Amino acid sequence: MKKTLSKNNFHSVGNSVIRNDVIEKVTGTAKYIDDYKFGDMLYGATVRATVPHGNIKSFNSALALKIDGVIAVYTYKDVPGKNEVPFILNDYPLLASDKVLFHGQAIALVVAKTPEIAKFAAKKVEVTYQELPAINDVHQSLKKDAVKIFGNDNIFKRYDIIRGDAENVFEKAAVVVEGKYTTNYQVHAYLETQGMVADPQPDGSIVIYGSMQCPFYIHDAIVHILNVPQNKVRIVQTTTGGAFGGKEDVPSIVAAHAALAAYLSKKPVKIIYSREEDFQAMSKRHPSYIEMKYAADKKGKITAAQVRYILDGGAFSTLSPVVLWRGAVHAAGPYNIPNVKIEAICAATNKVPCGAFRGFGQPQTTFANESLIDELAVKLNISPLELRRINMMKVGSRTATGQKITRSCGLEKVIKQVVQKSDWNKIYLSPEKRTGTIRTGIGIAASFYGVGLGAGGKYLDRAGSYVQVQKDGTVIIAIGNTELGQGVFTVISQIAAEMLGCPYNFVRVLKTDTTRVPDSGPTVASRSTLMSGNAVRNAAGIIRLRIDKMVLEMLNVKSGAVKSNGKNYFLSSDPKKKVRYQDVVKKCYGKRINLTSNGWYAGEDVTFSQETGQGNAYYTYSYSATAAIVKVNTETCEVSVEKLVSGHDIGKALNPQLCEGQIEGGVIQSLGYALTENLIIKNGIMLNPSFAGYLIPTSSDIPEIIPVIVEEPYHDGPFGAKGLGEPPMITPATAIANAIYNATGWRTDKLPVTPEVLLDIKKHLWKKI
Amino acid sequence: MEKNIKFILNGKEVEVTVHPVKTLLKVLREDLGHTEVKAGCEQGECGSCTVIIDGKIVNSCIFPVGQAEGSSIITIAGLCKEGELHPIQKIFIEEGAVQCGFCTPGIILAVKVLLDRTLSPGDEEIREAVSGNLCRCTGYSKIFSAIKKAAVYMRTKK
Repeated sequence: MKKTLSKNNFHSVGNSVIRNDVIEKVTGTAKYIDDYKFGDMLYGATVRATVPHGNIKSFNSALALKIDGVIAVYTYKDVPGKNEVPFILNDYPLLASDKVLFHGQAIALVVAKTPEIAKFAAKKVEVTYQELPAINDVHQSLKKDAVKIFGNDNIFKRYDIIRGDAENVFEKAAVVVEGKYTTNYQVHAYLETQGMVADPQPDGSIVIYGSMQCPFYIHDAIVHILNVPQNKVRIVQTTTGGAFGGKEDVPSIVAAHAALAAYLSKKPVKIIYSREEDFQAMSKRHPSYIEMKYAADKKGKITAAQVRYILDGGAFSTLSPVVLWRGAVHAAGPYNIPNVKIEAICAATNKVPCGAFRGFGQPQTTFANESLIDELAVKLNISPLELRRINMMKVGSRTATGQKITRSCGLEKVIKQVVQKSDWNKIYLSPEKRTGTIRTGIGIAASFYGVGLGAGGKYLDRAGSYVQVQKDGTVIIAIGNTELGQGVFTVISQIAAEMLGCPYNFVRVLKTDTTRVPDSGPTVASRSTLMSGNAVRNAAGIIRLRIDKMVLEMLNVKSGAVKSNGKNYFLSSDPKKKVRYQDVVKKCYGKRINLTSNGWYAGEDVTFSQETGQGNAYYTYSYSATAAIVKVNTETCEVSVEKLVSGHDIGKALNPQLCEGQIEGGVIQSLGYALTENLIIKNGIMLNPSFAGYLIPTSSDIPEIIPVIVEEPYHDGPFGAKGLGEPPMITPATAIANAIYNATGWRTDKLPVTPEVLLDIKKHLWKKI
Repeated sequence: MEKNIKFILNGKEVEVTVHPVKTLLKVLREDLGHTEVKAGCEQGECGSCTVIIDGKIVNSCIFPVGQAEGSSIITIAGLCKEGELHPIQKIFIEEGAVQCGFCTPGIILAVKVLLDRTLSPGDEEIREAVSGNLCRCTGYSKIFSAIKKAAVYMRTKK
């Protein structure tokens, strides 16, 4: 155990204990899905569309079926239930029937004795198409005369959030700034590709094992496509090699493919994606196009914000409606603005579907609003920090949806610490004062983040747990959220140990399995610590009451508060009166006391209404800000990020080392988003579906990272905790863009800001001069 | 055509009868059951499949097994001695340098090659040593600090 942040009165939570899944990970014995083998196992490969938009004219699997080792080729006709993957709008077919909407869409499944044969045979399935005009970008999609690929207007979802009277304020405002911003795709690039095994059982049930974030989503999908009762489907997560949102929705497709093949062939079927296939077929961060306006008075008080926020959804809607919603709710930025008008639209194109990715629509809107805030500062001739200080959210502020912030708002503290730890005051100079070929710059971006699903997924925001103290005092826990590398099983163990009064290393969290706890929603939206943490707190608390009663009995006292130091229980009023944890457990078992309990937690009520676009969107918010220090070579336009200071108000750091890990990992994903990660899709075809063509940060690209944690407790969170997984991905990219501006005076309206983009801005400025 | 190929794997002699252009990764995982070697891209880009061959780091996913004839190969399973973790493994744990764990075996092996060469690596040497190993979770920060700490520990223990 090492450093804690604030004064910590707990024996377990708040300490940087060693994560409990780490021995198997450093020794290589952890089993990821491709490491499992079942007797008689078959292998699946997917036949994919080779055109971006077309009617299927013919389908012929005769050649593939002749190949030695091929067992079967399955199509949509073989689906016993509904041929659709149940996301939100159910527009995504499990296997294409008469038409395809993107290059790479699944059409059929080949099942064979080896993965090599299956993949070879998949290429031999002959599909011919009548090609149709394809929609390559979202602007084209929204034109009245556009080809229609979804509904009668290509719009997956639209939200309007209106507060006050922004239009009127803009007309009379002292200062108005506006900008148009675009961001590109981002690929999750988890190191373990998608993979599933489906294992049919003699009783007609089916078990799915695999790499996933959301076992309950997969459960629903399998029931839907196989048309079997819910109690015949069991989903078990295997050790998962990174996810970041990429294993939220789309594993339902992979699992449903494996399940279909296993159900029909009556053999276990494994499907593991190649890296190229994973790039081409799995969801991505949405490209965005954002028009943004701020109005302010002469002193810098922002009086109005107007946003037109458009997402390119790709061919099917997956989770686009909720990604759009989160982005829209946060689109005006973490500021107290009385008049707001936000129009948010996600539309279809003939490209790979976009879906969940850490940040969930917010990195895009943050790029727009935080770039424009800097522009507003320039126009007002005040520092970007001062402008943020004047307008930032505090207790008493209201969000764009009219939600009053009544508690747990640490944005001011976060910005203060980030400024201090980045040496802002020493480094900041206005761009016109910077000289030389290589110029230093510093920039900041801030954000707020609604923890959990909030009103976007209200009925899903609950979680169950199961806690059982064994006879020797060790503890078994089941939760419905998944361990993805973020360390949630460790944090859950810490919470249980704290509540029960046992040592942390006595607690074991079982691999997530849908038969152990009720549907606990997805492992997304930085919700696991809050939701499953509270569910475990609930269950362990029930057990603790029984334990405390026994402690009093063993100490021969009638009443009194019982405390624990993780080894012994003692009386609060007389700490010398103590009994060993394990002795109490033994006594309880001897007296036939039940040391097992289920737990449950449901989030507080939210009031957001889709009709008015107003109301409380989330229970609570985490707040963050990042300062970036960059060096820009004004000749070559190369950017080197020197330092990132990223501060986060997360309520309470239950494990500071894991929190730092989340911050450091998130900011580096955001650095990639800012500078190098540039997926190219031309005429519907992905041109760089590999790590050679799509550049995620390597060890050579890493600046100094200073994670900063601020604790403004949330009263309903476990020990005050809010959430942290997503926020580190939201602000750094924009902080880098703002730092580039500060170094050079070059304002990018595009992410990623590659040397080519900067060179373009430089040339453009030249022409002006 | 299949061939008999012999090499030393984690100190023990093994023999396989496979086509010599089959990748070492597939032979290790499929024929020899060494699933601790991970397949991340099978294009030689991510380093998840890293093994040490005669003291050098190699992406086993693009290495034909025929070329391994007579060589000595170490996977992460060969790092523990009698159940005792290697100092690099211990320090990766302490420093929080592991998240999803998929890149971890490859990175630890790359670090071993570095620290076998020098116990006083500079910052640039450290970055260079793991630059062929992608990690999407950690932002590398805690990996760097673990490497530095492991070097100090191994230097003082020597």
